Amino acid sequence: MSEAVVQTGIGASVKRKEDLRFITGTGRYTDDFNVAGQKYAVFLRSPYARARIEDIDVSEAANVRGVCTVLTGQQMAEDGLGDIPCGWLVKQKDGSDMVSAPHPPLAATLVNYVGEPYGLVIADTLAAARQGAEAVLTDFAELDAVVDPAEATGSEQIHEGVSDNLAFDWELGERAATEAALASAAHVTRIDLVNNRLIPNAMEPRAALGSYDPGSGEHTLYTTSQNPHLARLVLSAFVQVAPEHKLRIIAPDVGGGFGSKIFIYAEETAVIWAARRTGMTIKWTADRSEAFLADAHGRDHVTHAELGMNEAGEFVALKVSTTANLGAYLSTFGSSVPTYLYGTLLAGQYRTPNIYVEVQGVYTNTAPVDAYRGAGRPEATYVVERVVEQAARELGRDPAELRRFNMITPDQFPYDTPVALTYDTGDYQVSLDRALAMIDYDGFPARREAAAAAGKRRGLGLSCYIEACGLAPSQLAIQLGAGVGLYESGEIRVNPTGNVTVFTGSHSHGQGHETTFAQIVSDRLGIPFDDVEVVHGDTGRVEFGLGTYGSRSLAVGGSALMGAADKLIAKGTKIAAHMLEADPAAVDFTDGSFVVRDSNQALTFGEVAFAAYVPTNYPTELEPGFSEKAFYDPENFTYPAGTHIAEIEIDEATGVIELVDFVAVDDFGHIINPMIVAGQVHGGLAQGVGQALLEHGIYDEYGQLITGSYMDYCMPRADDLPDFRVDTTVTPCTHNPLGVKGCGEAGAIGSPAAIMNAVADALGEAVAMPATSEKIWRVLQNRRTA
Amino acid sequence: MYQFNYHKPTSVEEAQALFKAVEDGMFLAGGQTLIPTLKQRLAAPTDVIDLSGIAELSGIEVRDDRVSVGAFTRHADVADSAEIRRVLPVLSALAGQIGDGQVRNRGTLGGSVANSDPAADYPAAVVALGATVYTASRSISADDYFKDLFETALEPGEILSRIEFQCPTRAAYRKFPNPASRYATVGVLVADFSGDIRVGVTGAGPCAFRATALEEVLREQLSVEAVETVEVPDAGFNSDLHASAEYRAHLVKVMTKRAVADLLKA
Repeated sequence: MSEAVVQTGIGASVKRKEDLRFITGTGRYTDDFNVAGQKYAVFLRSPYARARIEDIDVSEAANVRGVCTVLTGQQMAEDGLGDIPCGWLVKQKDGSDMVSAPHPPLAATLVNYVGEPYGLVIADTLAAARQGAEAVLTDFAELDAVVDPAEATGSEQIHEGVSDNLAFDWELGERAATEAALASAAHVTRIDLVNNRLIPNAMEPRAALGSYDPGSGEHTLYTTSQNPHLARLVLSAFVQVAPEHKLRIIAPDVGGGFGSKIFIYAEETAVIWAARRTGMTIKWTADRSEAFLADAHGRDHVTHAELGMNEAGEFVALKVSTTANLGAYLSTFGSSVPTYLYGTLLAGQYRTPNIYVEVQGVYTNTAPVDAYRGAGRPEATYVVERVVEQAARELGRDPAELRRFNMITPDQFPYDTPVALTYDTGDYQVSLDRALAMIDYDGFPARREAAAAAGKRRGLGLSCYIEACGLAPSQLAIQLGAGVGLYESGEIRVNPTGNVTVFTGSHSHGQGHETTFAQIVSDRLGIPFDDVEVVHGDTGRVEFGLGTYGSRSLAVGGSALMGAADKLIAKGTKIAAHMLEADPAAVDFTDGSFVVRDSNQALTFGEVAFAAYVPTNYPTELEPGFSEKAFYDPENFTYPAGTHIAEIEIDEATGVIELVDFVAVDDFGHIINPMIVAGQVHGGLAQGVGQALLEHGIYDEYGQLITGSYMDYCMPRADDLPDFRVDTTVTPCTHNPLGVKGCGEAGAIGSPAAIMNAVADALGEAVAMPATSEKIWRVLQNRRTA
Repeated sequence: MYQFNYHKPTSVEEAQALFKAVEDGMFLAGGQTLIPTLKQRLAAPTDVIDLSGIAELSGIEVRDDRVSVGAFTRHADVADSAEIRRVLPVLSALAGQIGDGQVRNRGTLGGSVANSDPAADYPAAVVALGATVYTASRSISADDYFKDLFETALEPGEILSRIEFQCPTRAAYRKFPNPASRYATVGVLVADFSGDIRVGVTGAGPCAFRATALEEVLREQLSVEAVETVEVPDAGFNSDLHASAEYRAHLVKVMTKRAVADLLKA
C-alpha cells in the first residue's frame, strides 16, 4: 500500500476534513441559506401545560405591519394533513397494540404541553413575525395538568381513548421463572432509581427553510435533520405534505443532534405546509428558549429493580419495573426507546439466567420524550450497574470481583441473553482489567485516606456497560414493531478522472463522516484520501438512507460503502482483465491496482475508471460507466462494551463533588480513526457527567418548565470535567465487513452509573441524579444532626 | 426586541435630561442584563439611553486609602488594573470572577451595582468595603444603598457616577457559584480595617447585606473557629432550585470561614 494511503487509511488519526470549514465559519447550516423574498415564521405556542383552545383572534395580528398571514392548526386540519406518526408500534402484555394518541403537527383544539405549537405567524421580517405572534389573542380554558410520571396512571385523562394515560404496558422475559428464582435466591438486592429528564441542547437549534415551486410542483425543505430521507418518507406517506417525488429535503451542515434531530417535528412540517399553502418561502430558526420547550427531551424513568443471587454470589434473576415518561405525545421513536432499546440490554455483561422487565409508558403534559444519546441503553446500564454495585456492598464483595465473577466469558459467545439479544463477541474481562490497572485500583485506599486528611470524601465507582448499536437487522426490527427497515445505502460514483464522489444515507452532524468514510473508501480502493468526496444529507442527491443515530453510521453505512466498493472492484476486474487480455480469475486488486497474478501487467484504478467512460478497448458484455451502489442490512446488532471507572471527591463542608479522575476502556471493534473515536468518547462522557452531576429538566406542578434557560439548566463545562483517560480493546464485530461496532453513545451510556457508584462509595449511600451539592450536603447534614 | 429610540449622550446632564424628556427611558451601561432582557422581550422601554459616550463615568483613581472607580469601568479593567491590584487586590480578584470573559469585557461596575441583582458579585464588595456610591447630585453610603430585590436608593433617572471603596488592611472574597449561571449562590467578602471587620454577603438574600453577627464575633477574634460559633438564620433568604434558604445560610458560614482563612494567610 502506498505511504499516502497508510497515513490516511483505516486506522489513521486523520485530521477531520470538515473542520476547516467549521472553524473558519464557512460551514453552511440551515439558517445560512436564504432565498430572495423569503418570509419569517414565528410559532404560536401554548403557555399552558393543558388547555382547550376556545378562540384565536388574529385580527390585530393581521394588522401588524409586515405580517403576511397567520395560520393555525384549524387550517392545517382543513387542509387534510395527517398526524405525526410514532415510528414504532409496541405490543402490550396482552398482545394488543399500544395506544397512540393522535398528534396533529399544529394543535387545533387542545394543547398538551407548554410550548406546543398551535399556529404560526408569517411576516416579512422576524421582528414583525414576533410582533404579530404577540398580537394574536388566544382564549384558552386551562385544564388540570398531569406532570409527574409516577402518578400519571391515577391522574386526569389527557387524551381521549387513552385510559390511565397509559400508552403501553409492555414486558419482556419470563416473569414466572424470574419471580421464582428471586423467591429462592439467597440474597436479593432491591433498588429504586430515577433516571433524570435531560434536555438535548445541540449547539445549533432546529431550523427550517421551506419553499414551493408552483411551476414544477417541487417542495424543498432545508432542515436540521439527522435523517432527511426518513423525514421525507414520513412527511409524504403519513403527514401527506407532498408526494415523495415532489419533496426534496436537504439537511446541510447540522450542528449536533444527539438524537433530538431524528424526529419528525411540528415546526418543520408546518413550514413546508405553509410554504405550499401561501406560495411563500418561509424560514424558521428556533431560539434557545424554543429549543428547551419543544425539542424532544430524554430519559425520565422511574424504576424499581431486584437482583437475586445465590450463596456464591452468582446472579440468578433480575426483575425490573419501570415507568417511562413519554411526554404529551409519542414522538417518532418514543415507544421503542424505553422498551426494545432498554429492556433488551438488561443482561448487561452478565450471565443472569432469568430476566424480566415490564415498562409502563405514560403520557404526561410535558414535552415529548424520545431518543437522546444512548437512548434506552444509558437507562438500562444505570439500572444494571447501580443494582450490581449495591449488591456488592450488601454482600461485602469487591464490586470489581463480583462483576468479574458474573461476566459472560469469551468462550460463551455467541451468547443468547434472556432478553432477546444474541451478543456476537466480546471480552469483558480484558477491558475491566485494563481499566482497573489504569485507575490504579489497588492504590485507591491510599488515595481515599489522603483525601480524608484534606477534608474530602473520596469514592470510586465502576460501570461495566454494554450497548446494542448498528441499528438494526431490518426483519427483526420490523418484527418488533419498527415502521421501516434499518439498513443503509451507499454509492460510490467514480469520475472519469479517477476521483470519486461517495453518497451515503448516513448523516453527519458532528461525527466526521466526511473524513472516516473517505478513509474507508480510499483504503479499499487504494486511491488518495483527498480524491474522495463524501456527500450526505440531501434526498435530491443521495438515493435513500435511514440516517444517523444509535451509533449506526459506520457499522451500517460504512458497511454499505464496503459493498459498493466491492462491486466496483468486481467490475473493474472484468474491465482490467479485458484490457490486459487476461482471465478475470487471474486478476487481483491490490494497493489500488488491478494486477495479473504472477506478472508485471497492471492497470491503476484510475486507468480502469477512464476506460469505463471512454470505452475504446472495453468488454462488449459490460455497460460503460463506473458507479456502484449497495444496500447493507446488518445481520445483528453490534455490541460495544467496556468498563468506565470514576473517582470523585466530596467537599464535606459544601457537598460539592469534584470528578477527579475518569477512565474509560471501550471495545468498539476495529477503529477507523482513533482521534475521532477519542473525541466521540470524550463528548459522550461529558454528557454522562452532565446527567450524573449537573443536568435536570424540571417541570413545576403546573407543567411549566422551570429549567428553560442556561441560567437554570446546568450544562457541563470544561472546568466540570477531568482530563478523561481513554483506551480501547478490540474484539472485531463478527458480522460486518469492517469488524466495527460504533462509538458514538458509549460515553453517555457507561459513565453516569460509574459516577453515581463513586458518589455512593464516598457517601456511604446513594443519591439521585443529578448529584447536586445540596443533595450531598443534606445527607451529610442529616447524619451530623441525627 | 421591541423597537425603541436610541440615544447616546456625552454628559450625565444630557443623559438625565433625556431620561426626563422621554416616556419610558432606560439607561444602558454594559448591557449584560438589559440586552438579554430586551432580546427576550421582557422589557419594552420607549427609549434606551446609552451611557457609553460619557467620558466622565470611566476611570480608576487611587487616593490615600481609597479607590474611586468610575461607574462605566468594565469588570475586566477592574480585574486587570495594576493600581487596584496594588491597593485593593480583593476587588480585582472579585471582578475577575464575574461571569465569563465576554461578560467581563462588557459589563460595568455601575451597571451591576445600579441593577442590584441579588446574585451579583460587586454588591458584596460595596457593603464590605464601606463604599460610597456617588451620583451627580449626592453620595450614598453603602449601608443605605441596597434596599431590596433589584431595588436601591437611586431615584428614577439618577445615574450612578462612581463608587469609592475604602482599602482595608486585608480582605478576601469567597464565592459559591451557581453551577448553571455561575452567578453567586452565595458570595462573602470579609474585610479587616485594622481590627474593624466588615462582612458583606451577596446571593443569600434579596440584596447584598452586612452580616453583623459575624462581624461582631470576628472583631472579637478573627479566626475560622469564631465563625463556627455564629448561627446564621435563613429567614428571608432566597430559595430556588439550586439552593434552599437553609443551604444558603450554611454556605454563608462556609464561605465566611474560607474567606477568613484566605485573609489570615495573606
